[in-house]
Amino acid sequence: MGWLFVGPFGIVFLALLIAPLGYALYLSLFQKKLIGGTSFVFLDNYVKAFTDPSFLSGSWFVIRFSLVSIPLQIIVALAMALILDAVTSLFTRFSRLMIFLPYAIPTVIGAVMWGFLYSKSFGPLTDVFGWFGTTPPDFLSTNLIFYGLVNVVTWQWAGYYMIILYAALQGIDPALYEAARMDGAGKWQIALRIKIPLITPALVLILVFSLIGTLQFFNEPQILRSLAAGTIGPDFTPNMYAYQQAFALANFNYGSAISFALGGIVFVGVYVFLFFTRKRRSFL
Amino acid sequence: MSDRSLAGARRRPSRHLPLQVLLGFLVVYFLVPFWWVIVNSSKDAPGLFGGGNTLWFADHVDYLGNLRQLFTYDNGIYGRWILNSTLYAIAGGAGATILSVMAGYGFAKYRFAARRFSFALVLGALMVPATALVIPTFMMFSQLGLTNTIWAVILPSLLNPFGVYLMHVYARDAVPDEILDAARADGAGEIRTFVQVAFPLMRPAVVTVLLLSAVASWNNYFLPLAMLSDNRLFPVTVGLGMWQGIASANNAGSTSLWSLIILGALVSVIPLVIAFFTLQRHWRGGLSVGGLR
Repeated sequence: MGWLFVGPFGIVFLALLIAPLGYALYLSLFQKKLIGGTSFVFLDNYVKAFTDPSFLSGSWFVIRFSLVSIPLQIIVALAMALILDAVTSLFTRFSRLMIFLPYAIPTVIGAVMWGFLYSKSFGPLTDVFGWFGTTPPDFLSTNLIFYGLVNVVTWQWAGYYMIILYAALQGIDPALYEAARMDGAGKWQIALRIKIPLITPALVLILVFSLIGTLQFFNEPQILRSLAAGTIGPDFTPNMYAYQQAFALANFNYGSAISFALGGIVFVGVYVFLFFTRKRRSFL
Repeated sequence: MSDRSLAGARRRPSRHLPLQVLLGFLVVYFLVPFWWVIVNSSKDAPGLFGGGNTLWFADHVDYLGNLRQLFTYDNGIYGRWILNSTLYAIAGGAGATILSVMAGYGFAKYRFAARRFSFALVLGALMVPATALVIPTFMMFSQLGLTNTIWAVILPSLLNPFGVYLMHVYARDAVPDEILDAARADGAGEIRTFVQVAFPLMRPAVVTVLLLSAVASWNNYFLPLAMLSDNRLFPVTVGLGMWQGIASANNAGSTSLWSLIILGALVSVIPLVIAFFTLQRHWRGGLSVGGLR
């Protein structure tokens, strides 16, 4: 009887998840040559990927980017959630909505908007830095694009993570704070020793989501590419490289291998993370 | 100490000033891009590139003229993109929600063969990068002749393993077995029990899943970018991305396109902002489900 309810989703799951994954694996084991057509090459595409400077530098970029941007987003989100949980006023209620607002914006539109702001011809940076008599940093240059993207991602996601953490904080029984106060705990101690430990499941949840999202980075650099063509190449992230191989160069076999290898990296990354936090993994 | 004074302790208004000032700075940071877009969509091309104040309105503000230009440019393609996005969001969102609600309820309330294994697969699917599926799905759809049709965008967005997980957690706690058994004892069939008894109890989570899947479809970029070549089928994300590429490629030649993109970005975010703010009571409650239990 349960299959009656699970079945329709099951069909979609098989057709749009299992089948494409199987097909990607199959495609990734072949190579298409101008002479001789398509031939089975087993793991050659993977050997090629893991020795391909484009794939390796893209993977290294998303790993470095995760290490910087995820902690930053979580710290900003956690700080905001703790402030909003501790301070009650009309202004904090307004702030909560405004900080969440960027999440309601498609990532593509968010990237387009920040592209405007970074622009030297009509962005505000030139004006703002002009007030202080200096010239603005060029966030679309090779040196600073990393931080330009960190900023876009933080702006886009911190508010969403804040809402999840805020909802978790609101679910804590206030009697615990009272008990802690009677034991002489101050506001900081309550935040650090009671609030943060109690919302660890929510923190783990957003960490996993941001890890999965960041490793498959595509939309923002793809959009900013047209403004920073010399800075962001078609192989900037593994996902962009796979897209280029498949759709610009019609090399679907190698594109599939890169997608699959990237999927493997995400899987390993998330599992390693969950392994280290397994005691706290109450959300799964 | 009585329960009442405990509740009072929690609600005691706290107006920590330094924290509110810090919050004020953060709010400004989060609002600057919106402010820039609102202000600059009032300008025409000369106003935009003329070197005036980039954070204030033009001398003469002409939103209506700009809107007319936006919706008539290239035979009104922009309006079509908005309609396409709406269609993809509603069809994908509703479809994904129906499938997730049924599956989550099925996993939570029935014992059947391979249940644990199937649910483990769904949890594993949370970790499959959605974009890793784009290339093989494109290849499959192209063999079925489905690429460059609306189905190429709608069908893949029906898959929402996170929705299934959320509904499973929610149905497990919010739908008591005793009520289901009572309905069955009164002679209701399984489907009637689900529709008339269980579904109303799950409504808050249903709204959350519906909103999250509709937003995911509206925000989708990589998939439609790969699947669609006819720009009249584009959602607004892919359309604006294309305009931005064109405008950047020939810098000075398309200054007027830049003002259309700025206004287009502003108009495209209005539906989602309205959806979030009108439904906020529902989705905020739903979000805590996934994070807490």
